[in-house]
Amino acid sequence: MSNPAEYDRPTMGLGQPADRVERLVVLPFKKSVAIAFQSLRVRFFRSMITTLSLVLAVAFLSFVNVSTDVANGLLRTGDPALLQALVRSGYDLEPGDTQAGNSPKMQWIVILSLLVCVVGIVNAQLMAVTERFREIGTMKCLGALDRFILRLFLLEAGMQGLAGAGIGALTGALVALANAMIGFGPVALSALAVDEIIQTVCLAVGIGFVLSLVGVLYPAVLAARMQPVEAMRVEQ
Amino acid sequence: MSGFGFHRRQFLKLKICPLKPVTINESVMADQSNIVRAAGVTKIFKLGKVDVQALRGVDLEIKAGKYISIMGPSGSGKSTLFNMIGGLDKPTSGKVFIDEIDIAQLDAYELAWLRCRKIGYIFQTFNLIPVMTALENVTLPMTFAGTNSDAAVEKGIQLLNLVGLGDRFRHKPSELSGGQQQRVAVARALANDPAIILADEPTGNLDLTTGEEIIALLRHLSQEKGVTIISATHDIKMLNVSDQVVWIRDGRIHKIEEREELAISVGQIGSRT
Repeated sequence: MSNPAEYDRPTMGLGQPADRVERLVVLPFKKSVAIAFQSLRVRFFRSMITTLSLVLAVAFLSFVNVSTDVANGLLRTGDPALLQALVRSGYDLEPGDTQAGNSPKMQWIVILSLLVCVVGIVNAQLMAVTERFREIGTMKCLGALDRFILRLFLLEAGMQGLAGAGIGALTGALVALANAMIGFGPVALSALAVDEIIQTVCLAVGIGFVLSLVGVLYPAVLAARMQPVEAMRVEQ
Repeated sequence: MSGFGFHRRQFLKLKICPLKPVTINESVMADQSNIVRAAGVTKIFKLGKVDVQALRGVDLEIKAGKYISIMGPSGSGKSTLFNMIGGLDKPTSGKVFIDEIDIAQLDAYELAWLRCRKIGYIFQTFNLIPVMTALENVTLPMTFAGTNSDAAVEKGIQLLNLVGLGDRFRHKPSELSGGQQQRVAVARALANDPAIILADEPTGNLDLTTGEEIIALLRHLSQEKGVTIISATHDIKMLNVSDQVVWIRDGRIHKIEEREELAISVGQIGSRT
């Protein structure tokens, strides 16, 4: 096999230059995406479990925020009966209020759930890295640089984050809308501002994506710093 | 990516070993001379507060194209020496040269390049990437080396044919037997036409016949491709095919036997077991 970089050098018996060491090791981005995707697909069940806590947390976030959007839509109708219904369902509203917000308590619960979710992701990803120590070490023996490993893990987490957060945000939004339908009747949907909902769902997806990346950061750095000699270890 | 321009740019960054400037003459001579050279290598591991001396001064020269077995009981420092030769570990003192390049002088990029292009690894536990097919496993090192995808696939199939698995290239490691997995690993080790193949107990997890097949395959490859094969092993079967056997004991080289002397000592071991 000839490599373009070897054309103008004297080569010896094995077709390899004897006297120099180069620095060129590559992993094209497209290839990294393919490897990361394949890794997720083959380990589907495992990656699903890792993603599940994210799905739940993002669904909760999305549910709370979409419910607020619905409440705002109802408030904008200016109907006193609907205002009464909102107060009954737990919103802290005075007559004349035009904006419904989450109570501080609600905000804390949402933040807490996201925190718990990040800790869950870190935990699950650490497990995944430990399980894959030999695989990572082998890749390094084959010439992978630290940043190839880092990139593969970040890509995997990014895909998991997008998929998980997407599913979570949609589920949360749908449940919130169904809940509003049951609680307030069809007016809940007709008074709704669609662009607000879309914005809320996109925000939830974005937050979930970022959380997934934050969660994998430490495990991925740990994996990337691993010494290739670990691949030689016999015991699992 | 247009491969050519990319290579050109990176190609400018070359490094010649600063300790021993190699002239063209010497590099031509290197063909017959040492592919691996260890000089006064010691290694001390810190286990808690206790220092464990795994190697106590090893001098070793390995000629290109030979089939070398490193033998020794566990705890003798065999694995440590082996990892050092493979550029996986750095000595506490002394120097290890691969192709007359001192590996202690290399940075992370150069070490990765060395592992990718100069050295092929074969493991006791096969270590195929479980999520990839046989073919993808073989092409992975070529991807790292910058070979374009079509050429890598073509060469991958060619290599799998060479090890006798041409028809099973789509199979995942879990769908292959131990011997077949090790064959894929051999093909993968050969992917970038390395100068050295390091085999760590390549037959350790295989039964007798399969192990013999792998040994025969390695021997065949070493003769056909002129690759230097260095294997750490307990396996007496490996001795028959070795050009040289290095016996390690207590962190030192106990003796080095050439092929001619081997026939006698193998006979003795064979009759004992």
